Amino acid sequence: MHTKRVIPCLDIKDGRVVKGIKFLNLRDAGNAADVAAAYSEAGADEVVFLDITASSDNRATQLEWVRQVADRLFIPFTVGGGIRTVEDFKVILREGADKVSVNSAAIMNPRLVADAADKFGSQCVVVAIDAKSRKGGGWNVFKNGGRVDVGLDAVEWAREAERLGAGEILLTSMDGDGTKDGYDLELTKAVSDAVDIPVIASGGAGRLEDFYEALALAGADAVLAASLFHYKELEIWQVKEFLRERGISVRLE
Amino acid sequence: MIAIIDYDAGNIKSVEKALHFLGQKSVITRDTDVILGAEGVILPGVGAFGDAMGKLRAYGLDEVIRGYVDSGRPFLGICLGLQLLFESSEESPGVEGLRILKGRIVRIPAAQGLKVPHIGWNDLHFPVRGRLFDGIGSDAPYVYFVHSYYLQAEDEGIVTATTEYGVQIHASVEKGNVFACQFHPEKSADVGMKILRNFVSLCGC
Repeated sequence: MHTKRVIPCLDIKDGRVVKGIKFLNLRDAGNAADVAAAYSEAGADEVVFLDITASSDNRATQLEWVRQVADRLFIPFTVGGGIRTVEDFKVILREGADKVSVNSAAIMNPRLVADAADKFGSQCVVVAIDAKSRKGGGWNVFKNGGRVDVGLDAVEWAREAERLGAGEILLTSMDGDGTKDGYDLELTKAVSDAVDIPVIASGGAGRLEDFYEALALAGADAVLAASLFHYKELEIWQVKEFLRERGISVRLE
Repeated sequence: MIAIIDYDAGNIKSVEKALHFLGQKSVITRDTDVILGAEGVILPGVGAFGDAMGKLRAYGLDEVIRGYVDSGRPFLGICLGLQLLFESSEESPGVEGLRILKGRIVRIPAAQGLKVPHIGWNDLHFPVRGRLFDGIGSDAPYVYFVHSYYLQAEDEGIVTATTEYGVQIHASVEKGNVFACQFHPEKSADVGMKILRNFVSLCGC
């Protein structure tokens, strides 16, 4: 039976894992390949990397850590952060990443999604959406790491991303991010209902029940968390056992 | 030495990296002599059926693959590499596959709650025990799939693993020296590594 996925997310700076709370107080937490391999051992179904310095750093440095991860990690992984062009997709995929996620660049230039999907296939094109609730209902899309309100409706943008050829939506609730109050179920459900491609829920996980609710109630295909796994407040296998006990199909060895 | 066939398909490095991790020497190549002289050959790949067949023909690799398979040495197709071994695909009507095995590739039907492409981990069932799955418990091992089209083999006797995704998918086949997987062993953690190790053993490397 097809399984729901549990995905840890790692923030990368200069090839090292860092974890900041709300983009502040970055702490060095190890080598990307080491941390990713440990997550794989712990039962992660995939790993997502967000390079938070990618836009300013040189590409050679960036590729080195992607290559190191690919040498050691034998589950799928996604690389995002600072991807602007089809050529960026090409070099990251060539180094062994399975998927590339785009956020601001896709908003500025939706053709990038279509071109990348044409060239490399939809399966490797992830559109990341940072959404924040707006007054009067609904959610707006933000870009540049959540700093700029684009004035675009998140559900509409998800639909458009699917139409352009995205293979997956990585949906982050900015309201929930870092709060541990649970995923934004309303947002997750609205987007999951609107598209036929898989939706990864992100932002707000704190308790075991949060994962269950995003998958069972809001229709997410995967659940992502960063600091919760990073600081070992919950282990991935713990989340999966909890889900299995509640009738959700997950991969447990 | 295992030759990984290079026909400009995406993500073939993952296979090389997995073999390297297992301590197995491999080379990504489209050189006829290297392929024909290899102890094992892997045809990997993600992409579209028609484009891929076009590339194989343009590089003359269709004939090289047939020649290699005739040698009786082990051959492994992965994902699109499985599909190309068969006769045709709904993805690219009118394009002939390699026709080394009999069967067709059809679109996964849209079904309630099931998204296409089929992306993610799914469990395998073994109608017969294929050599690729030696030492792998029959308690539904999970492997990683990414595909929108799936195999319907004409002779179900060659099917060594299946999975369910609205329909029954022929997930792996074995016929003589020809092996193939619709899923990605190189992305399937420990289970996948075991499958690749079994293939390497079959090659006698």
